[in-house]
Amino acid sequence: MSPASVFPALEPLLPRVSKPVQYVGGELNAQAKPWESVDVHWALMYPDAYEVGLPNQGVMILYEVLNERLDALAERCYAVFPDLEKLMREHRVPAFTVDAHHPVGAFDLLGVSFSTELGYTNLLTTLDLAGIPLHAADRDETHPVVVAGGHAAFNPEPIADFIDVAVLGDGEEVVGDITDVVREWKSAGGTRRELLRRLAHTDGCYVPSCYEVEYGPEIRSVTPVDGAPERVQKRTTSDLDEWPYPKAPLVPLAETVHERASVEIFRGCTRGCRFCQAGMITRPVRERSLQGIGEMVDSAVRASGFDEVGLLSLSSADHSEIADITKGLADRYEGTNTSLSLPSTRVDAFNIDLANEISRNGRRSGLTFAPEGGSERIRKVINKMVSEEDLIRTVSEAFAQGWRQVKLYFMCGLPTEEDEDVLEIAGMAHRVIQAGRAASGRNDVRCTISIGGFVPKPHTPFQWAAQAHPDVVDARLRKLREAVNSNRKLGKNIGMRYHDGQPSLIEGLLARGDRRVGGVIERVWRDGGRLDGWSEHFSYDRWVTAAAEVLEPQGVSLEWFTTRERGEDEILPWDHLDSGLERDWLWQDWQDALAEQEQDDCRWTPCFDCGVCPSTGTDIEVGPSGTTLIPLTVVNPVGRELA
Amino acid sequence: MARVRPGEAANPAPPTVQRIRVRFAKRGRLRFLSHRDVARSVERAVRRSGVPVSHSHGFSPHPRISWIGAAPTGTASEAEYFEIGLTREMEPDVVRTALDAVLPDGLDILDAVVATPPALADRVDASLWRIALPGVSGADLRAAVEGLMAKDSLVVDRIMPSGKRQIDVRAAVAWAEAGEDSPGGVTPEETGGAAVCAILTAVVRQTTPAVRPDDVLGALDVVAGLKPPVPAKSTRLAQGLLDDSGRLTDPLGSDRVTTRA
Repeated sequence: MSPASVFPALEPLLPRVSKPVQYVGGELNAQAKPWESVDVHWALMYPDAYEVGLPNQGVMILYEVLNERLDALAERCYAVFPDLEKLMREHRVPAFTVDAHHPVGAFDLLGVSFSTELGYTNLLTTLDLAGIPLHAADRDETHPVVVAGGHAAFNPEPIADFIDVAVLGDGEEVVGDITDVVREWKSAGGTRRELLRRLAHTDGCYVPSCYEVEYGPEIRSVTPVDGAPERVQKRTTSDLDEWPYPKAPLVPLAETVHERASVEIFRGCTRGCRFCQAGMITRPVRERSLQGIGEMVDSAVRASGFDEVGLLSLSSADHSEIADITKGLADRYEGTNTSLSLPSTRVDAFNIDLANEISRNGRRSGLTFAPEGGSERIRKVINKMVSEEDLIRTVSEAFAQGWRQVKLYFMCGLPTEEDEDVLEIAGMAHRVIQAGRAASGRNDVRCTISIGGFVPKPHTPFQWAAQAHPDVVDARLRKLREAVNSNRKLGKNIGMRYHDGQPSLIEGLLARGDRRVGGVIERVWRDGGRLDGWSEHFSYDRWVTAAAEVLEPQGVSLEWFTTRERGEDEILPWDHLDSGLERDWLWQDWQDALAEQEQDDCRWTPCFDCGVCPSTGTDIEVGPSGTTLIPLTVVNPVGRELA
Repeated sequence: MARVRPGEAANPAPPTVQRIRVRFAKRGRLRFLSHRDVARSVERAVRRSGVPVSHSHGFSPHPRISWIGAAPTGTASEAEYFEIGLTREMEPDVVRTALDAVLPDGLDILDAVVATPPALADRVDASLWRIALPGVSGADLRAAVEGLMAKDSLVVDRIMPSGKRQIDVRAAVAWAEAGEDSPGGVTPEETGGAAVCAILTAVVRQTTPAVRPDDVLGALDVVAGLKPPVPAKSTRLAQGLLDDSGRLTDPLGSDRVTTRA
């Protein structure tokens, strides 16, 4: 039977909360399939506020893929703000989806996409508001199966107690496999344990309760039980043109962090930046074709009315046909005020023709590059081989062409980093301003440097590295600020933005933690921890206190998980989870990093045996296709002529 | 092919040749939209509709859509207005149909006319509100309204981003009536299952800062201790110029005459 909508109970609360529009749904292209028409019901959650979660591509893709199935439906939910949470508890209103306001507890599955570990406490809030026991061990056949996905799911051990399943890798196909298993289990009947055992044998699915971990204080052993496989391999979707999702992007009524349509132009990256978890776990590179991209952009613009299209990937200017793509799209949308954006561009793959095509039909925003490291030496350590000469040449050209602003992204706290590596950022920024003034003949050019604390992540060569303590990071950034302002004439045109280092340390705990960290998450949540990705809600002290209370009796600590370097032989919490990368290769790359040795990209140089292609049965899928984008007759953005 | 040159506007925009005035409604759960949410949704709908909207010039071109005083977040409305500039002359009815087809349910286009002087903003100085108060009896509301209207002035505080402002509610209320069965009857959505549901109908003059339905209810609390047990549901029924009889004139009325002529 279809569960009743909670909207009548929710509605009287909405005038009393901030931004109520985020809870009412009604987005363009949202779907509401009849509950009774399908066998399997998925609630898909992005564990952050609506304004952050709605534009998430992963959730949008799975939402469409599942709703296209005849036997399944998917509805979405997001984290609620504390003001509504309090009222929901007072008035006994359960966690709900925004599509049909069905209670989350009524679904067969709750799928949660973790882009960042700082969403873990939001999972607990939703479980609790939904009436789902926090601990997987306490759930029965009436409760949803809680499935974690996204990049953080490559080490789900810190949330092992709270989830039933973690899914590794691309979600498009595995959600269908899970749907099949759940549908068959529902029709045949059986215990929850039987269902989980079947899921443990589904490719890409890791069921933590099917593995026993012994500690002492390092991990002594990880043992599969119930016949679960020794290792769980990630899923990889080949031929992205076969998966042109989202076809009709969700268009929110509320304001969100990304106000644009997004088209993923390729997946994976083999540039080999050693800090980058995304680049490591999404290999190999799989490009969408020029034609496929053209069709997706067309369909997204028609269906959404967005005036900006983001061409997404981990390094968009690296697409083998990027020049043809941008020129073809700029031609097609000439005169329609439809702008393109390339959110991630490398300075060495960028050129001014590209920038001109991107801004031809719309707004000209600033240019953004990510050298990541201030010194040539540290850029060798992290394998981000962009030279300062490239950067200065590119920004000079851009300033000569009328750009007035450039943003540079860096990290602080990288392995082997010394003060001097960070202080070189100041010199780079000064030279950008000098070059900009010379090229533009104007004094008012701007350079913004934005700096984040480095967090070592699983399945990267830096998974063994010691994380820098926040005090070290904060001290270096103070010195950097002084160095930037040491030349007042240049410094006044340089903006510096950084976040303090404390949240990074907690992110590090959650990223490389094991099951013992679950108790810390629960303690923090019980003490009121919510929305940890938001500086106004995050409390470092709460995490430090909880970590001390929970971890120290077990002989470990916050520092043990974060600022401690690991040895080659230590069993890492995620070693039984297979991203395709050979452990030996990762270790060698870590040694190469320490020796300041670079590693080339396998798209342009011979294979260096990272292990992904053979172990996942995939291959690099790159163009060029040799075709061009045929211009559509675009009279207006939707190509429709009105009388 | 046009290429961007240094210092040159990215888009030399075609000029505006016609302005269309549109009346629309904000209904149901979409009453929780703020003005910014409404404006964004309409801009995107205009792009999807293919209506040839004109754009501002410069590096950051924006569609030429202008708004007058929006109903506050959380209130519904049957009488919101905007004006849209077009690069090509169109039949207002075609614009109305095209926009309504692509707007989400709950943002509904009711009327469209070719704009003529005077400006839209000069045709509106008051709003007619219908405020449903589930759980409040007609008698209690009537007593409170009589108390308010008997006064010359009644000031309530409102917390604004700039600090506390004092607002004279009584001065802004042209007239107010209490009832349990006003024209159109009480809808189940309005009562929310409550046994009684009083209906307040009031014409409120445009002031700065604007007096909102919540301010009127705040004033009724001050004069008579009226505290609705659940949040009231407010709907703006009309905007226009307040005439001597207390009625509001249709702001699109004279445009419609001109259009037909």
